[in-house]
Amino acid sequence: MKKCIVTVLGKDTVGIVAKVCTYLAENKINILDISQTIVQGYFNMMVIADISGIEKDFTVVCDEMAKLGDEIGVRIHCQREDIFEKMHRL
Amino acid sequence: MINMYEVSETNEMIEHENLDVRTITLGISLLDCIDSDLDELNRKIYEKITRTAKDLVAVGADIEKEFGIPIVNKRISITPIALVGAAACKAPEDFVEIAKTLDRAAQTVGVNFIGGYSALVSKGMTQSDENLIRSIPKALAVTERICSSVNVGSTKTGINMDAVRLCGEIVKATAEATKERDSLGCAKLVVFCNAPDDNPFMAGAFLGVTEADAVINVGVSGPGVVKKALEKVRGKGFEELCETIKKTAFKVTRVGQLVAGEASKRLGVPFGIVDLSLAPTPAVGDSVAEILEEIGLERVGAPGTTAALALLNDQVKKGGVMASSYVGGLSGAFIPVSEDQGMIDAVHAGSLTLEKLEAMTCVCSVGLDMIAIPGRTSASTIAGIIADEMAIGMVNQKTTAVRLIPVIGKDVGDMAEFGGLLGYAPIMPVNEFGCETFVSRKGRIPAPIHSFKN
Repeated sequence: MKKCIVTVLGKDTVGIVAKVCTYLAENKINILDISQTIVQGYFNMMVIADISGIEKDFTVVCDEMAKLGDEIGVRIHCQREDIFEKMHRL
Repeated sequence: MINMYEVSETNEMIEHENLDVRTITLGISLLDCIDSDLDELNRKIYEKITRTAKDLVAVGADIEKEFGIPIVNKRISITPIALVGAAACKAPEDFVEIAKTLDRAAQTVGVNFIGGYSALVSKGMTQSDENLIRSIPKALAVTERICSSVNVGSTKTGINMDAVRLCGEIVKATAEATKERDSLGCAKLVVFCNAPDDNPFMAGAFLGVTEADAVINVGVSGPGVVKKALEKVRGKGFEELCETIKKTAFKVTRVGQLVAGEASKRLGVPFGIVDLSLAPTPAVGDSVAEILEEIGLERVGAPGTTAALALLNDQVKKGGVMASSYVGGLSGAFIPVSEDQGMIDAVHAGSLTLEKLEAMTCVCSVGLDMIAIPGRTSASTIAGIIADEMAIGMVNQKTTAVRLIPVIGKDVGDMAEFGGLLGYAPIMPVNEFGCETFVSRKGRIPAPIHSFKN
């Protein structure tokens, strides 16, 4: 299974989760785990998702997610899980 | 499964603490390009580099995007050109033609530097080696992307003082040849003792003859990450200090290992080594000097600096070694002056001198690096400084190097501007007593007694 981590950071507003999840669903990205908090009005979400089924190039998904973030007014990063796995797990 | 805290720690390092992969360096052997006809040699060199490295920059950019980690440089290292050009080049001007070809090839594939315009002369010089060394000032003046190095000594062979003397002259001539740009040519010229075959960092990168046809070497960085981690252990004992550096170096190096593996797989080129380095840039918060100050020095250069650097260098290696399957290159903390804002500030404040920097090179990863000195400094004095640094490397069985920039037309109190990652530097004073008689002696300094291990 190929996994990615999506992080969303920014000012809280209506529909952030919905828009991000819609994009993921439309691109056949299956959500495995999702955690979300709000600290002092700032929205902070992390999604772990399975990207084995994507049809686009992963770099295109990264670009499109960043663009979606610009539209909503939050910052969205989409990264392959390996960088976190390598850094924090032996 | 990865948790939110771990994700934000990694991304914090990338976004706010300048964590990056400093370079993916593709080593390319040019031994199979050797030809006695200069035009044919140039054609083969251009063809091999542009073929082997055609996807390097694109693959680097993809990895950057997919993992969200900046890869600052994509570069190429090649077989020392004194070997490759030996059959075809009868004079220094012939080597300059190869330099132009290399520059063109580097431009075509989109890399900012190509290293390996080099000669390995630790015991003796062939005519080809000497021609290449004599061609360096012109080669660096007429090209943009070439980096040059000369290995003039090793623990096994001693120091080739004829080469040291010649390099003193060449550093001076390179400064003259590029005097319109603050003698920038010298920022791309390194004189080594015990030069490694697999160093991915410029300006000293070349692909040694012991290496494969092509190989991926990666240099990691992250002084800002170490500095930030150490802020949390202020006032704690050495054990905690060292543990913190080790753990941070481990994390940083794992990213390098990941990137190296991916680049190797996607380019279809074997993975060579990860160079575990703390490589500063002139950016604020990307400084080795700031780490040393965080350890407890008022300014770099103060008493205690060498001990603090020794500790830092050792812990970086201990943390990094376990994070990578193969470690090599220079591996340690770099202490360039012009490329590190903390070093520049320390020179301005009167805390850091050339002599203290020399002492620091006994325990850091390389040597006297990116130091601007008065343009009127004589070739023999430069040769003397090189000889001192080579002696440190030879006796301590470590790599040492000299990258001095005698800035023509400038003196102590002036600034030299090199631009980009090369930064800027205040001109530092040099001891004005001469060493002409010493460096004029012909021949070699013999290898030290502890090199005879067989």
